[in-house]
Amino acid sequence: MLLNQFLLLAAVLFCIGVYGVLVRRNGMLVLMSIEIILNAVNINLVAFGALTDNVGGEVFALFAIAVAAAEVGIGLAIVLLMYRNRRSIDLSEADLLKG
Amino acid sequence: MSAVFAAVSTDAPIFVAQNVFFAVVALLMVGSALKVVTTSNVVHAALWLVLVLAGAAAQFILLGSEFVAVTQVLVYIGAVVVLFLFGVMLTRASMGDDESVAGEKRSMAAVVAGLLLAVMSVALIDSFSDDRVVIDQPQLVTTVADSIFSQYIVPFEAISVLLLAALIGAIVVARRD
Amino acid sequence: MNFLLLAAENATQLPLAVSNGTNWFLEHAWIVPLLPAVSFVIILFFGKRMPRKGAEVGVAAVALAFVFAVLTGVAWINHRDNYTPPAASESALVIDGGEIAPDQVVPAAEEAPTKGEVVTEGGGEAEQPTVAIHKSTTWLRNGGVAFDAGILVDGLSVLMLFMVTLVSLLVHIYSTDYVAGDRRYTHFFAFLSLFTAAMLFFVLSDNILQMIVGWELVGVCSFVLIGHWWEEKANSDAAMKAFITNRVGDIGLLVGVIILFFTAGNGSFDILTINSNIVSGGVSHTALIVAAMSLTAAVMSKSGQFVLHTWLPDAMAGPTPVSALIHAATMVVAGIYMVARLYPVFFEGMQIGGSSINLLAVVGAVTLVLAGLVAFVQSDIKKVLAYSTISQLGYMVMALGVGAWTAAIFHLFTHAFFKACLFLGAGSTSHAVHSFDMKKDMGGLRRWMPHTYLTFVVASLALAGIFPLAGFWSKDEILSGTGGWGLFGGTGGNGAYTFMLAMGILGAALTGAYMTRVIYLTFHGEFRGHGTPHESGRLILVPLYVLAGFALLAGLINLPVGFITGNNSSWQERFGHYVQPVAGYFPDIAQATPSYSLAIVSSFVAFAGIGYAFWYYFVKLDRLARATGESLTELPDGLVANSAVARAGHTLLVQKYYLDHLYTDIIVGTTKGVIARAANWTNQNVIDGAVNLAGRWSVKVGRFTYDRIDQPLVDGLANATGRASNSLGDGFRVVQTGKVQQYAALLFAAAALLGGALVVVLSL
Repeated sequence: MLLNQFLLLAAVLFCIGVYGVLVRRNGMLVLMSIEIILNAVNINLVAFGALTDNVGGEVFALFAIAVAAAEVGIGLAIVLLMYRNRRSIDLSEADLLKG
Repeated sequence: MSAVFAAVSTDAPIFVAQNVFFAVVALLMVGSALKVVTTSNVVHAALWLVLVLAGAAAQFILLGSEFVAVTQVLVYIGAVVVLFLFGVMLTRASMGDDESVAGEKRSMAAVVAGLLLAVMSVALIDSFSDDRVVIDQPQLVTTVADSIFSQYIVPFEAISVLLLAALIGAIVVARRD
Repeated sequence: MNFLLLAAENATQLPLAVSNGTNWFLEHAWIVPLLPAVSFVIILFFGKRMPRKGAEVGVAAVALAFVFAVLTGVAWINHRDNYTPPAASESALVIDGGEIAPDQVVPAAEEAPTKGEVVTEGGGEAEQPTVAIHKSTTWLRNGGVAFDAGILVDGLSVLMLFMVTLVSLLVHIYSTDYVAGDRRYTHFFAFLSLFTAAMLFFVLSDNILQMIVGWELVGVCSFVLIGHWWEEKANSDAAMKAFITNRVGDIGLLVGVIILFFTAGNGSFDILTINSNIVSGGVSHTALIVAAMSLTAAVMSKSGQFVLHTWLPDAMAGPTPVSALIHAATMVVAGIYMVARLYPVFFEGMQIGGSSINLLAVVGAVTLVLAGLVAFVQSDIKKVLAYSTISQLGYMVMALGVGAWTAAIFHLFTHAFFKACLFLGAGSTSHAVHSFDMKKDMGGLRRWMPHTYLTFVVASLALAGIFPLAGFWSKDEILSGTGGWGLFGGTGGNGAYTFMLAMGILGAALTGAYMTRVIYLTFHGEFRGHGTPHESGRLILVPLYVLAGFALLAGLINLPVGFITGNNSSWQERFGHYVQPVAGYFPDIAQATPSYSLAIVSSFVAFAGIGYAFWYYFVKLDRLARATGESLTELPDGLVANSAVARAGHTLLVQKYYLDHLYTDIIVGTTKGVIARAANWTNQNVIDGAVNLAGRWSVKVGRFTYDRIDQPLVDGLANATGRASNSLGDGFRVVQTGKVQQYAALLFAAAALLGGALVVVLSL
């Protein structure tokens, strides 16, 4: 198998995730898109690990999974808080940073 | 996408079965991922996400990383997706249609994502087109475990602290007071 | 690190008189900082639940640390007098020649004496080297650089251990009464403990990285304790000011440390390595002078030297015990200690030996006079003492600058006692009248507070340098150390620093005069405050008496050569004998010989200063006050009232040389504007960088010029550019939608563009 097929799959997934992050208005859906991005990264890590026959790639994929779990927890907490405060999780309404 | 097929078509013929499997799973993943970011139903999006994650697990198996694949299924499909569904329920996000997204925003995002994809594809094809992954045997769990608990013990401990911090942080952020 | 091995590896003759220890107390000196550190943790977590709110833990820990410090001191004196190097390492040649028995090097894990190693400097007739005890362990190792943590015990650190624990103990005892009933009483004691621990940690450091840690820790404690009553804006402002001013110097410290690490240290932070490499030559002089100057910036901020001293008077916003401990006796001498510790850097870098002017000496000399002058116009008793501290620190810096190392450290030692005594005395008076304002709320206090008065006068006389109190000996040693007296009879020293001598003598007169003023305004005349003052309690008076006792007698431990009985060496120069390293990690500095004529002249000058102030306050002002029946604080028809020049000078002093205005209004004002505008600019300019860059800079420069420098000349131009770029800025304001996703889109687009550029560049 070519290394590139995995890397390009990951790239495609990454870009789809980025598209989702940019275009979605629902906070939950943005979080899901972020998960896709993280998965793309994991595929990269494992693919490179397999290429060099190095266990480090797998180990860091595992670490990335753990971090992603933590990220989802915190992200959902933030979305819940946002929902509680504003009765909405529409990100386009959260524009307090407006200059 | 065409790049993916190009990669497949130039592959060595020895790994036909794997390549076919890869192509099927990859197509499934890309399609599901597109549904995740386009579907207007939040619950459906979560379910499409399950397919993407399962596809990733399949790819891990293809790469000989069984342990990562199992962890992927357990943590992502088992825990994270359930968490998402809970989140959907708690925020009472509309089970039906998500409000339509403005067209200009969509095109802007598409341009950005396309740009990223173009840059990455060029760079990847330029750098790695000769590299082949040869999987003789799957990576043993023992090897992974030994590595985590010897060479990567410090990052491992850091991860555990991070998880604890995230646990506490999630409670603090989300509690009602 | 085992220096024997190091020396053997490098095959160079490092004349280090370093041992791994012989005495239990010397080897375990790290216990001294550990005690207050433990106390800090205990007070922080359990203090509030204790019967005395945690104060007892603090006092006990520091008392125990003091006992340890005294025992360490005794052990050191014993060690210094009776140390005989092991026969195996009689000479460095043994190491080089490979004749050393292998079993004496390799089993480094065996008991201390065998692995202790010494290289004597010369024949046995010469003075035995001070054998420093060095113990360290590797903390972490990264990329081939070992970060060690350890202790370096020699005369200097033992002295500091003793001084810090003693003053800290007395201040702890004093505080149990002084801050009694405070809402953050426990917190106060916790941080007092932490400060003590940090300072002790700092003085025991064996490498410069560890020194930075200690340096910053004491800075944080200072910040916390200055802002102890942070509810008042002035106090928290003072704390911020202290912290930020110190940051300025810290940059110098970092730069200096980095330079030393790469040049003198050769990839090591170890103080002994750095110092001995410099002493044995071979380190680029340019690197050393840059390092020395950077470190001087650190000294200027930490030890309150002129232009960066402004935080120190403001730091008096903290509780008085803090002022006594941190901002008079211990923390502010951290800069002095650092110079003393890394003395080869300064000695070689600034070429102190043989020159007649250098940065360190000039900074000290200028500071001591300018701060002494400002002390005259302060009405807050603590501020007078703060400026006095700055002035005395100036003496120490100057002494180090002229090569009078022992004199500087000796002055540091004596100054700690009398200045702590003065501060605590000031606290005692304020305890009685609930104010620090001498002119409004004090006066005539000697009637009610005889004990405070007595100790305050003793400490003032010691500060003014009156024979035979502590200050006389140490100040005189500094003055003779300048070598500037050489024209009139010869004192030796490292060079002819005549300017420094003159400033030092002038400073002596100023010191006497402003302390006389303080004593008159506080303790004499009629009481101007409200209520009836009362003498403070025993917990306050006992530390005062102890400190006054030290102020009286501490000078006797370093009597000049030939002062008492010819060559009876058991009495003279004891301090220098025990404290000054003569080993290979210390430069070869020339010792000044004491001069009777100089002592007489400086005493005369000090008396003249006191006499003039006495005549002004105690005679003229007192007479006038009696005649008018009012309690006066200054003569209505004095110099300031009559002469325009004097008035201008007075204003300059009252405004503290306008340094605060310079910092807050001009530097901070413009910088803040610049930074704020720069940040704004970054936000508004995601797309059209170049145009807006030019525009914004023009606005900034234009505004600055318009407002402050050259309104009539570039008025129109600046205005036009300003307006143009303002409207441009308004145009780009649209980008600031506040929508996170749009920002994310820009971020990803920028990343893609940059990545694409990289790909293109790499494939070319």
